[in-house]
Amino acid sequence: MNKFTYASVSTTDAAIAEMDEHDSPKFIAGGTNLLDLMKVNVENPDHLIDITQIAFNQIEATADGGLRLGALVTNADTAWNEEVEKRYPLLSKAILAGASPQLRNMATNGGNLMQRTRCYYFYDTATPCNKREPGSGCSAIGGYNRILAILGTSEHCIATHPSDMCVALVALGATINITGINGDRTIPITEFHRLPGDRPDLDNTLQAGDIVTSIDLPVQGFEKNYAYLKVRDRASYAFALVSVAAALTLEGNQIKEARLVLGGVAHKPWRSAEAEAALTHQEASVSTFEKAAAIALEGAKGYGDNTFKIELAKRAIVRALKQAAGLEEQA
Amino acid sequence: MSLLQKLGVSAENLAPEITGKYIGKPISRVDGRAKVTGNAKYAAEFNIGTGILYGYVISSPIAKGKITAVNARQALSQKGVLNVFTHENVPGLAWFDRSYQDQDAPPGGSPFRPLQSDEILFSQQPIALVIAETFELARYASTLVHFEYEVKEELNVGLELNLYKAKKPKKHRFPVPKPRGDAEKALAGSVVKIEEAYYHGYEHHNPMEMFASTVIYGDDDRLTIYDKTQGVLNSQSYVKSVFGLSEDEARVISPFMGGGFGAGLRPQYQLYMAVLASLELKRSVKVVLTRQQMFSFGHRPATLQKISLGASAEGKLQAVINRCYSETSTFEEYTENVVNWSGQMYQCDNVMLDHKLVPLDLFTPLDMRAPGGVTGMYALEVAIDELAVKAGIDPLEFRLLNYAEKDQNLDKPFSSKELRECYRQGAERFGWNKRNPEAGATLEGNNLVGWGVATGCWEANQMPSRAKAMLSADGKLTVSSATADIGTGTYTVMTQVAAETLGVAMEDVLFKLGDSVLPMSPLQGGSWTMATVGSAVKLVCDQLKAKLFKMAKKVENSPFGNSKEEDVVFADRCISLKEDAQQYLTFTEIMRKSKVNYIEEDTTSLPNMLEQNEYSRFTHSAVFVEVKVDQDLGTVHVSRVVNAVAAGRIINTKTSRSQVLGGIVWGISMALHEDTVMDDNFGRFMNTNLAEYHVPVNADINDIDVIFVEEHDDIVNPLGVKGLGEIGIVGVAAAISNAVYHATGKRVRDLPIQLDKLL
Ligand SMILES: Cc1cc2nc3c(=O)[nH]c(=O)nc-3n(C[C@H](O)[C@H](O)[C@H](O)COP(=O)(O)OP(=O)(O)OC[C@H]3O[C@@H](n4cnc5c(N)ncnc54)[C@H](O)[C@@H]3O)c2cc1C
Ligand code: SF4
Repeated sequence: MNKFTYASVSTTDAAIAEMDEHDSPKFIAGGTNLLDLMKVNVENPDHLIDITQIAFNQIEATADGGLRLGALVTNADTAWNEEVEKRYPLLSKAILAGASPQLRNMATNGGNLMQRTRCYYFYDTATPCNKREPGSGCSAIGGYNRILAILGTSEHCIATHPSDMCVALVALGATINITGINGDRTIPITEFHRLPGDRPDLDNTLQAGDIVTSIDLPVQGFEKNYAYLKVRDRASYAFALVSVAAALTLEGNQIKEARLVLGGVAHKPWRSAEAEAALTHQEASVSTFEKAAAIALEGAKGYGDNTFKIELAKRAIVRALKQAAGLEEQA
Repeated sequence: MSLLQKLGVSAENLAPEITGKYIGKPISRVDGRAKVTGNAKYAAEFNIGTGILYGYVISSPIAKGKITAVNARQALSQKGVLNVFTHENVPGLAWFDRSYQDQDAPPGGSPFRPLQSDEILFSQQPIALVIAETFELARYASTLVHFEYEVKEELNVGLELNLYKAKKPKKHRFPVPKPRGDAEKALAGSVVKIEEAYYHGYEHHNPMEMFASTVIYGDDDRLTIYDKTQGVLNSQSYVKSVFGLSEDEARVISPFMGGGFGAGLRPQYQLYMAVLASLELKRSVKVVLTRQQMFSFGHRPATLQKISLGASAEGKLQAVINRCYSETSTFEEYTENVVNWSGQMYQCDNVMLDHKLVPLDLFTPLDMRAPGGVTGMYALEVAIDELAVKAGIDPLEFRLLNYAEKDQNLDKPFSSKELRECYRQGAERFGWNKRNPEAGATLEGNNLVGWGVATGCWEANQMPSRAKAMLSADGKLTVSSATADIGTGTYTVMTQVAAETLGVAMEDVLFKLGDSVLPMSPLQGGSWTMATVGSAVKLVCDQLKAKLFKMAKKVENSPFGNSKEEDVVFADRCISLKEDAQQYLTFTEIMRKSKVNYIEEDTTSLPNMLEQNEYSRFTHSAVFVEVKVDQDLGTVHVSRVVNAVAAGRIINTKTSRSQVLGGIVWGISMALHEDTVMDDNFGRFMNTNLAEYHVPVNADINDIDVIFVEEHDDIVNPLGVKGLGEIGIVGVAAAISNAVYHATGKRVRDLPIQLDKLL
């Protein structure tokens, strides 16, 4: 860990101003990801700007009847928030499937969006990694890649975005509110994270100095027919090998609307519009779900250790959709 | 006459005596409160904020090659950085390999010498020690030291890739028995047979506490070393011989250990580093390893066992062959007892066992809880299950059918073996008789349910040990021995034995350990501490009793004038006549009247080798497991475990149960989770943190039931105990594997059984 200076700010303006004054500054919120990366010399900021005193710590209704989640509200407070539990149980479930209670008490919603990949090589400065050191090569391709991506990969990087929360946010159609040097803007979460392409060093579309202020959830919460299924190597406290957020609206046995998003398989939460289309206006049945699963995994590519994820993802999709449709109980 | 008899104690009169107030009771740890309130201090916690210097170890990023240049200028220019030790500036130290061979070093090797050569032998090899005034500064400065390397491309990692290099070890710590009968021929003639290979990869101990050494440089140039170790005397003798110090110049203290599991059986390199820096700088120095560095030394070796078994149509075992390959380093030959179990567990007249080592570019493997036993018994017990399935016989019945009445490896009877009773009681508690004989046939919701059984076995050894006891006139008893409490409960059980023997309350006993000035005791390992140190404590307290009684007889108007020691009772700090409890003297009275303030004894307890050598001495267990396997997703959940253990006398039913519980949890871990993953291109372990090196969490653990089966054994040691540190883990991975087969009909032969192997 290198030497750094530290400042705590209480307004967005102050945060952005601090950003301007240093060579390689970083915001710090819960610190649960950033500090780990600093300890292994992957992140080497010269200045930390503690943003936890800024008042983005509310969960409140939006004008259009949705819900706004402050970027600095902790993952725990979000998951256990009454409105979230009642109207967006998919989100609660996804957050609670992640990390551990201690981590969720520290981790913030903004930090969760921004957390970096868990690729082994990214963490180990003794090995080449294009995400950490552009142009150095990707050790995971041809190396050990059991936890890495099968969809949307590039020859430069096969990392995954490890978040559970973001998988649910994509399924719910959340939007991200950002304040930056050029003012405020709002983008759909699907445009927040990106695929690696030839710039795996960029996890998302934030610009230098941008700060996430909040996350908006639309009115539709799929609170009746949803499922978050996380498949992992132990029963808790492990990142997803594959996770599935499934959300449906049903009319009788007919699917009116479907959302299907995968976690642990790509550089961003993987939403399959084609699979959703294959579900819409269909009967909620295993054969429909199997078709959708096959479509969702079209184009998936395994890299050896992680090839099993293709089959696993299909099975997990079917299971999650069954749970969402009420054909089977959710664990 | 046996040695114990010579010393005035015989096994016969010792064993039955020990029952009663404390022995055999569920007694809570005497150090429990200190631990949960943070008063128990660990190696890194001594002398914080006293101007001590901090060392940070730099680990090699390459696995094989040479350091061609070191540049520490930038690091040294930082204010507060005192020194950067590398192979370029480390002074001449002991020359011979012998000086570096600690008590647990593989025989005949060349132990790794940190910072003494430019050669890189394994990834994460310590290549520098940065010394600074604060830990943070030392850590930062470590990033400013620049190395250049010449990388050797030809890298030998991966056991299976290097099998062709396998060779017999020059000296096996557990000599492999010679073949008996003709196994190949018997196999060929067997009606039922299996030939399979079983594998597990690298596993690391990962105790909670990192390895740490705090070296206090005294005014008199003497060192007081707080070290994380399973044997203070081992650390001390290592430091003495490497740095040429006398006993007085290096005192090693280790009152508590945040988990050892075998990792502390050898001095780890932070000890060497801290002592080196302290001696060079004549300052106090602390060195603590990082979690990543906890993966830079010994580990459970990756092991492949090719097993062939043959049986008759009736299920009688006719042939056993186990050809085993395990890794070692290029500089030492690490051996453990992997294959001998295959010749010992079941009655079989045709056995061929072989154990070869494959040298890899890694650090030397290291004993890890039940070393060799968990590995060997895993493979054997899965193979036996496969054979039973093929023979169409219930796996428990199959084991009973081939029950070994004597140890055919040694051609000796067992000192005691209540394994049959373990099977019986375990099966009953588990409900084994309701087992569906068919595999893959029980579905509950999405889960396939399976039941498996396996046998566990571990050595019941006793070693020589000394102990000292002092009884003061106020009735307080202090007993000491340089053993360790690595979390097993040594403080507690020794206190129990001392209190029970002398007839004082546990609250009046202080047991001291973990200090090199205390009487000699071996490393804490091998499950022998209760048998070894316990026997010494018992012996020294008995001698104290004899001394006290002799005094009591001499006091004026003694009620014991004509009595013998058998005629009296030691209880409640009094000696009283058995016949007439009204006739008594308090310990205090005896000492006051004899005009002494305390009495003291110091003794050596030796195993009765003559007698013990006539027998094969082992602890046994039977493990029953229920698993639930998600039929689509492959996730395995261990829903129930019953482990029935026969381990001789149980001194403390609470700490014993804890040992077995912990063993079972680790067995689950071994079966389903643990795996240090090697990148073959870099020769480097990749999941070197607790987020990615998985051990079970609470949600993975369900019903665990421990049964202690009654077992009497007067041979193993005077206490009749067999030790419980390791038996709990043995057999668990096999029972889980067998249960997974029973659930799914799929046989997984490499650990861990991760879900992708079941898709
Ligand atoms: C052992 C372990 C297991 C875990 N398991 C899981 C899991 O199973 N599932 C899961 O989803 N997550 C898991 N996590 C990750 C955890 O959810 C994240 O670490 C956490 O959400 C990050 O939030 P934080 O507030 O601590 O972020 P920090 O560490 O403070 O920051 C992370 C990054 O976000 C930036 N940042 C923070 N807030 C803002 C903002 N408002 N605007 C712009 N940038 C910002 C920081 O500059 C930094 O780069 C795990 C973490 C650990 C350590
Ligand atoms: S997958 Fe991406 S993060 Fe991992 S090594 Fe390759 S480039 Fe780096």
